[in-house]
Amino acid sequence: MATLFAKVETVLGMEVHAELLTQSKMFCGCSTQFGAPPNSQCCPVCLGLPGSLPVPNRAAVEHVLRTALALNCRINWRSIFHRKNYFYPDLPKAYQISQYDVPIGVDGYLDVRLDGEVKRIRIRRVHLEEDTGKLFHIEAATSFVDYNRSGVPLMEVVSEPDIYSAEEARAYLRALRLVLVWIGASDGKMEQGSLRCEPNISIRPAGTTELGTKVELKNLNSFQSVYQGVAYEVERQTQALARGEELVQETRRWDEERLITAPMRTKEYAHDYRYFPEPDLVPLEFDAPWIERLRAGLPELPEARYARYVRDYGLSEYEASLLIERDQPQVSDFFDAALRAYGGDPKRVSNWMQSDFLRLFNAAGEDWPAVKVRPEHLAAMLKLQDKGQISGKIAKEVFEVMWTTGKPPEQIVQERGLQVIGTEEDLAPIIDQVLAQHPAVVESIRKGEEGKFNFLVGQVMRATRGKADPGLVNRMLRERIAG
Amino acid sequence: MPRLSIEEVEHVAWLARLRLSEAEKQRLTGDLNTILAHFERLQQLDTTGVEGTSHAVPMSNRYRDDEPRPSLPREEFLREAPDARDAFFVVPRIVET
Amino acid sequence: MSQLYELSARELRERIDRGEVSCQEVAEAHLRRCEAVDPHVCAFVTLTPEVALAQARRWDEARARGEPMPPLAGIPVALKDNFCTRGIRTTCSSKILGDWRPPYDATATELIHAAGGVLVGKTNLDEFAMGSSTENSGLFITHNPWNLDRVPGGSSGGSAAAVAARMVPLATGSDTGGSIRQPAALCGVVGLKPTYGRVSRYGLVAFASSLDQIGPFARDVADTALLLNTLARHDPRDNTSVPVETPDYLAALTGDIRGLRIGAPREYFAQGVDETVKAAVYAALDVFRDLGAKYEEISTPYAEYALPCYYIIAPAEASSNLARYDGVRYGLRSRHEADVISMFEWTRDEGFGREVKQRIMLGTYALSAGYYEAWYGKALQVRTLVKREMEQALEKYDVLVTPTGPSVAFPIGEKTDDPMAMKLQDVCTIPVSMAGTCAISVPCGFQDGLPIGLQIIGRPFEEATLLRVAHAYEQATEWHKRGPAI
Repeated sequence: MATLFAKVETVLGMEVHAELLTQSKMFCGCSTQFGAPPNSQCCPVCLGLPGSLPVPNRAAVEHVLRTALALNCRINWRSIFHRKNYFYPDLPKAYQISQYDVPIGVDGYLDVRLDGEVKRIRIRRVHLEEDTGKLFHIEAATSFVDYNRSGVPLMEVVSEPDIYSAEEARAYLRALRLVLVWIGASDGKMEQGSLRCEPNISIRPAGTTELGTKVELKNLNSFQSVYQGVAYEVERQTQALARGEELVQETRRWDEERLITAPMRTKEYAHDYRYFPEPDLVPLEFDAPWIERLRAGLPELPEARYARYVRDYGLSEYEASLLIERDQPQVSDFFDAALRAYGGDPKRVSNWMQSDFLRLFNAAGEDWPAVKVRPEHLAAMLKLQDKGQISGKIAKEVFEVMWTTGKPPEQIVQERGLQVIGTEEDLAPIIDQVLAQHPAVVESIRKGEEGKFNFLVGQVMRATRGKADPGLVNRMLRERIAG
Repeated sequence: MPRLSIEEVEHVAWLARLRLSEAEKQRLTGDLNTILAHFERLQQLDTTGVEGTSHAVPMSNRYRDDEPRPSLPREEFLREAPDARDAFFVVPRIVET
Repeated sequence: MSQLYELSARELRERIDRGEVSCQEVAEAHLRRCEAVDPHVCAFVTLTPEVALAQARRWDEARARGEPMPPLAGIPVALKDNFCTRGIRTTCSSKILGDWRPPYDATATELIHAAGGVLVGKTNLDEFAMGSSTENSGLFITHNPWNLDRVPGGSSGGSAAAVAARMVPLATGSDTGGSIRQPAALCGVVGLKPTYGRVSRYGLVAFASSLDQIGPFARDVADTALLLNTLARHDPRDNTSVPVETPDYLAALTGDIRGLRIGAPREYFAQGVDETVKAAVYAALDVFRDLGAKYEEISTPYAEYALPCYYIIAPAEASSNLARYDGVRYGLRSRHEADVISMFEWTRDEGFGREVKQRIMLGTYALSAGYYEAWYGKALQVRTLVKREMEQALEKYDVLVTPTGPSVAFPIGEKTDDPMAMKLQDVCTIPVSMAGTCAISVPCGFQDGLPIGLQIIGRPFEEATLLRVAHAYEQATEWHKRGPAI
């Protein structure tokens, strides 16, 4: 047997749940704010009190539509909600309002970049549902229930089994998360549970096409646990097959502390959700104007931006990723705007972004609203530098002041007297003084110790506090030393 | 249609989380079979190509705006709970299903 | 002078407006009547004298201050006990809800309070509105005021009996497959099931969500119109509430039905319907003809499939709607709570009655894997056929006229053993429910001192036509003037 399965391949499909970024819940007006005191954001609807009725939140529907568009899905013009029936103490109606055979979006794809290659992963469906409450197992004999999360709008994105490794699983999740965060559908906070991922994993002999026994993995709360959990599960299944064991279709739980997966106890015929159309909710019907308005409102998505930076601007993939792969699309928006205003070499703008901008931005905790510097100002600063009106060193100082004050560079240069000392007349006395102070150095340069020339340049720059035009300083020093 | 067996009744009762006594199981098996026998004629109707009606009135696209509204004061619903402690509902031990 | 409790809501209002009687006196008269009669009828699950008197006094004060009096100001009203009432026990006549006090009012409850209605109490029903005799109440049986050994019909038997026994002039009910019309017929009062979507279901404890609809009971058509004026309102809290204009239903009562086209579908007069009932309905058709309407016998062959179709769809939805009674958040929790699943199972075993369990089982089965297409899916398709047929008939005719039910009130206990016997009570009312349109039941005769009901079916949202036709009939007959001797 062992030889038969010597070469296996892994096949994964991913189910990702994302809580949608809305002010109020999916079917009632309760707040969705995270971290409120237990059971303080509840009403008859999200408590499932007898007689209460759901009314859908338009913003949640639009988030799902926008996600479906961003994931290149086909929109079902008419979509309905279904009830998914099962009993659990965190599910107050004993059914979850969800979608079944006509989800909002179907048949899309997401391009994922991994090791310099772009891989297309097909999206099977994108649908809208509601979250459950939360259970706390504080004592052995009892559990505590908090329904604050009950009814928070939840989106499910299901991929086709197009993922073949733990690395790809993690890259897919990263890419999907970035899209959701950029379009404002989700805050992507895995640690708060607002983004949750359940891969189903099977392995099969390499070269075959039939899918193996599926194992669903739960409790993956970070990119790292997705990677580790999937890797563990692949290894476990491979070894089991090598030993000639039969794999069972089951749900397993990732144990973050022991770094293993363990089966969750399931009753064999427990899952018959008895889906049926939700009679309390009328169908959703979308038309072209609505969809086109939403499409027009979508930002440029990470992958498109990535391609543009590499292809059009000649940035390296690494440089592009530094600008793009962050939760704030505003960073690369800033880059684009600065480049537009500058009109020069994209690499030059990119270098400033990589070094000074991102250093300060990261140091400030990636707090976008607090960013004061304007893209036009970065462009203007670069132009000042290009025209020789400030030096590179001064530019760095100017940028820091722009960062903290939001003032335009011209004003900063003016106020602080940072203009380049650019005329021979102005520089002559300073240069003469430096030469006079260091006769020995001048002598050794004349004898051919070229290395000491930079010392004199440095002395002039120091005396001018960096404002001297380095080219001019060079020429004047040379003339006088040769003198 | 085949008749419902007592095992199927037990399965349905499990799905519905109804604990049934032996006598209830027997009686319900009989009742359900009587009822379904009466309804057998539904199966004889030709409904090929007929769209099902799950909503009585043809209407679509009714939404609320995403505006938060006040929630209920906790004590107004927690006082109705069979067991509650420290602002939580309390339930017995959970065994996975 | 007749007793205050004998008067219609409109007559009470006139006397209140003229200052001949105070709202408090009206409330007291009805509360006294309840005390005297209800021990025999058992219509009320909960009487709310404190609420009633407080509300009545408030309207007396408002009137004294010269404030405007809304249409139901000072009028005693009873609510079926599946309407949520904030802080007032709401049981659905089920043990599983225990003494649940909802933290909110149903929209219908709010509307009645806002219109000035004085809440006398909450009325008995078949547990979760599942039944046609109120014998399935998990609390106690309600008796028909015309003959205490007979059932009042159901599921809104308590409301129908309370109105018939002159305990209140107005009451609300909910109708899923006939639960307003059938008890109205059996108790000799008027009951109207509005078009699905006309009255908000928000706060009505759900039985079958795609069928449930709230409606009024009264002793005459004009009072029915008065209460419908209050109830019929678009409500954004109910996604299935239809945003249509609400006409003034009282203004619709012109008495003129000349030229009206009536269809009488022969399937509703078929086997199983008592000869006396048929005769009464045929006599009513002659009355309509004398009033200038035309009637024709028609055929609606799909109607007979409505009953099995209903008894798949309604239990399927109910199995889901009633799953929330799990002992976690409100109501009953069994002492058997070794773990949460056994707690669920025991709670539901102890809390639900026999009929409710039967329907949960039936509905769960119809939705379960392997049976969905054959039962639930099929029933949805058949519903389309029934609905389409009803709509086509109503294109050709302004209204359809049928018996409300196959017989007059039957003896308590007669139909409780055979699981089909009771269900066949709904054979004439269910097609209307499946079609989602409106219908009214009005008294049209008596058999052995027990009332017979006439069902008039209208086009969707044409409740005004129903009321006009029913009113014209009422003006031409005397049936509504009779009351039980109790």
